[in-house]
Amino acid sequence: MAGRLIELPAPRGPLSEQLFEALAGPPHTRLACPGLIEPSDALADEDLQLALYVAYELHYSSIRGVDESWEWSPSLLSFRGALERPFEEAVAELVPPAEAAELESVGAALQEIVARDPGPPLSRYVETQGTRERVLEQVVHRSAYQLKEADPHSWAIPRLSPRPKTALLEVQFDEYGGGSGERMHSALFAKTMAGLGLDPTYGRYLDRWPGITLATVNLVTNFGLHRRRRGALVGHLAGFEMTSSIPNRRYGNALRRLGYGEEVTHFYDEHVEADAVHENIAAWDLAGGLAAEEPEVAADILFGARALLQVEARWARHLMDSWERGETSLRTPLVPAAA
Amino acid sequence: MPADDGSPPATITPYPDGPYLVRGDFALTDQQGNELPLERRTIALCRCGKSRMRPFCDGTHKLIGFKAPSGPEPWPGA
Ligand code: FES
Ligand SMILES: [Fe+2]
Ligand SMILES: [Fe+2]
Repeated sequence: MAGRLIELPAPRGPLSEQLFEALAGPPHTRLACPGLIEPSDALADEDLQLALYVAYELHYSSIRGVDESWEWSPSLLSFRGALERPFEEAVAELVPPAEAAELESVGAALQEIVARDPGPPLSRYVETQGTRERVLEQVVHRSAYQLKEADPHSWAIPRLSPRPKTALLEVQFDEYGGGSGERMHSALFAKTMAGLGLDPTYGRYLDRWPGITLATVNLVTNFGLHRRRRGALVGHLAGFEMTSSIPNRRYGNALRRLGYGEEVTHFYDEHVEADAVHENIAAWDLAGGLAAEEPEVAADILFGARALLQVEARWARHLMDSWERGETSLRTPLVPAAA
Repeated sequence: MPADDGSPPATITPYPDGPYLVRGDFALTDQQGNELPLERRTIALCRCGKSRMRPFCDGTHKLIGFKAPSGPEPWPGA
């Protein structure tokens, strides 16, 4: 398979317009910093989240017509910083500070945090009532992350001391297929998409992902690109692994109910079993190990897990609210409404 | 017992309120001695009894509020 290459999406407002126009030209020029950005709802702001997503995507993928040296262009980085500020503030508003008692056992605190997941019952809804159309929508949203599953967390590897690093690699080895490219979790997700008749090309549905879907990916990329957020990055992974087995069983059940076979459900079935392993390693050896060795980042570990659950909850509510109104949860429907 | 290739002996680790993680050089067999196929290097064996894919853990322990320490439980129990 060739390297990643995405197309520049259509801009959604002045920020993405300014960014995409600059990216089409030579790097290091003409990208003026946008000044103070104050969106009323940064988490779901279409323009802000898309501009940030594309600025981040330079670290993951080639973009057609864009010089790759934009990635570390100082003007790009300062523009990106102006986008990150309101996003980080909006996330921080959703997350209460960690309590002193929680910091005594980060593993136990993480168990408590995921037990009180603030999200709506999206996976249960999809399992019992999801129509084919809605299941496909859910998969298209998820492809924003799953086609690069595990990649942002790998940025933590060089930043960890041996004990948490070993734990992270134990998880990542599995995420990357245990030595088999075919079994790589991102490849299993691509197989699911293809089996559902969706296009598994990386970035194919970028124009359809709403701001809140982009925010779920921007969150982990934000943690991954800033070394000072290594605690949050680790907490994000732990939270992700700890809320995976049960929902993934339900998504697999939804697909079985709709008549799909093992090549489509494999991704979900694999995650039931794999994440029942990973969640323990992530909570106790990775997060707990990091907190033991760098107590100063322990609170940020919990921040990362809580931020994940809050942003995911907001995303899940968007899907369920859209469906309740009888509308698509994507920016444009996958299947055009019959005339 | 360590294998000839120098790989570490198996370790079995109970995780707090969760499964047993098994690592290292081991085989999982049924009572007849038939090896169960393993999908990964580190596996989680159900400790709560409620998994729907025993002997492996499937995360159900979280739904039932399973509690158990990583180390031995105090004896005699309270
Ligand atoms: S220990 Fe995880 S399901 Fe029983
Ligand atoms: Fe995975
Ligand atoms: Fe995982």
